[in-house]
Amino acid sequence: MTALLPIERSGRLERGESLLEVRGLSHRFGDRVVLGELSFNVAPGEVVGLLGPNGSGKSTTFRVLTGLLVPDAGEVFLRGQKVAPGGRTLRQQMGVVFQAPSLDARLTVRENLQMSAALYGLTGATAQKRIDEHLGLVGLSDRAGDRVLELSGGMKRRIELCRALLHEPALLVMDEPTTGLDETSFRQTWARIEELQKTRGLTVLLSSHRADEAERCHRVVVIDQGKTIAQGSPDELRKRVSGDVLSVTASDPEGLCADIERLFSQKARVIDGRVVLEHERGHELIPRLVEALPKGRIDALSMHRPTLADVFVKLTGRALGDVATRDR
Amino acid sequence: MQTSTALPARSAFSEDLSTIRVLVKRDLVRFFREKSRVIGALVQPLIFWLMIGSGMASTFVLPGAQGLGYQQYFYPGVVVMVMLFTAIFATMSVIEDRHSGFLQAVMVAPGSRASLVIGKSLGATSVALTQSMLFVMLAPAAGFTLGEIDWPSLLAALVLGSFALCALGFAIAWWVDSSAGYHVIMSLLLLPMWILSGAMFPSPPSGVIAVLQRFNPVSYAVSAVRRALHGGIAPGGTDVAASTAFELGVLVVFCLVAVSAGLFACHRRR
Repeated sequence: MTALLPIERSGRLERGESLLEVRGLSHRFGDRVVLGELSFNVAPGEVVGLLGPNGSGKSTTFRVLTGLLVPDAGEVFLRGQKVAPGGRTLRQQMGVVFQAPSLDARLTVRENLQMSAALYGLTGATAQKRIDEHLGLVGLSDRAGDRVLELSGGMKRRIELCRALLHEPALLVMDEPTTGLDETSFRQTWARIEELQKTRGLTVLLSSHRADEAERCHRVVVIDQGKTIAQGSPDELRKRVSGDVLSVTASDPEGLCADIERLFSQKARVIDGRVVLEHERGHELIPRLVEALPKGRIDALSMHRPTLADVFVKLTGRALGDVATRDR
Repeated sequence: MQTSTALPARSAFSEDLSTIRVLVKRDLVRFFREKSRVIGALVQPLIFWLMIGSGMASTFVLPGAQGLGYQQYFYPGVVVMVMLFTAIFATMSVIEDRHSGFLQAVMVAPGSRASLVIGKSLGATSVALTQSMLFVMLAPAAGFTLGEIDWPSLLAALVLGSFALCALGFAIAWWVDSSAGYHVIMSLLLLPMWILSGAMFPSPPSGVIAVLQRFNPVSYAVSAVRRALHGGIAPGGTDVAASTAFELGVLVVFCLVAVSAGLFACHRRR
């Protein structure tokens, strides 16, 4: 029996370790491939971020998982059991936070939460108790009777999160949860996610096109053009970029890039109108660059430790801020 | 680890029932909260009825129906217009609601797409029914006696007619998925359906209009409402069917077709 174990590990056992596993998710809109064999998994208690530029297939993945889109191909496993993508079994176990608002602005906060709870069979005193508890946790108990349209954007976002958690889902799914939020609301949202993860072991799957947001995840799945191009912890991913990242602003980035490559035998690229290069010992390269290039060639020069945005550039040759051309 | 075990295990049926209940409750709460909507629902058709009714009164002669003025003839048609307009406006909101609104939360909840179609249609129906019943209370002004109205038939016609129109509106809203597209269909299909229903003028004895009217399900709603308001008889007013039972039967079929269209739309474009 023991001899069979390795085969088992590559198959069912490994799947059993994940709360959610997505395999070979594929979808086309006409001729356009929006998801091409996308695969990733989410372990219990883990916060996993799907990182990719707008149009990389993140939202399509969410639409598939939540049942808003039927994929052309692919399998989804929940605790090792195969389930229909977006099917009832999966939907029962998920709490979903959308990019667009999903609260009825004309109803009160409490009415919204009551109706959402009722969709999952939570009614009466049990629902009231949960609603009060969740509103208390996000500091909005005194706004329960207000209509949603009277709340600020940050408050609405907090209510959206309450709404998704009322039925205590096994997996919280969030599509670009902090898009459009100011810095304070961004930090509040993340404080709440981290608290829930720590105190309740909540499992979270979220998408983002922001590297700083992905840094906060336990594990990041980097997506480009509908494919998984890398996955790992932020630290593991950062190791793919060696040393420091230098970013040079110049009036002629293309020419400068070519000159740097020629003079220093150093790989460089133009990203977002700036010349970007990696170097093991960036601080040593800076004076040499400044010395070697004629005055006026460089407008500004900065150096930083690698971020996930640099990892994305390294993997794809494009910046995270770019819109992928193949998706909508 | 946190799991959903905190929730009682539920059957698919009870999940669907919850979804339907939530959608109906939401539409009713929203309707009664907005006083202007309740008043508008009453005043707008009243003005419409008075203006068109009095304008046409002097020229309108209905053969074989002595003593039936145009305003009385037109009244059942306005009742059905109230239903139709409510159905249109209640379901047009689906377009927006589905992409950035409450319906998103409904779609990712465990309830099925069928419960979404039925729940939203029933929610809109409950509003349409309330609005048309409020308007029916003004029937004495049109010369009807409340005590002589065949209420069970009237209620049946209003419920079936509203539900069918709401489910049809839902199917269209879901399918076209754009407000502009919905407006086009409203002017090319829904409004002509009402105009050619016998609501404004009786059917000519033959010709294209007569045929269209016979194949138009809204005609049967108008006809049933007219018959019920007149206490079971319809002086010169119903051209499409011989009995209330037949009219209600056609409306049941209309409901089934409209719900199927809604389900089909939902299934094809999730």
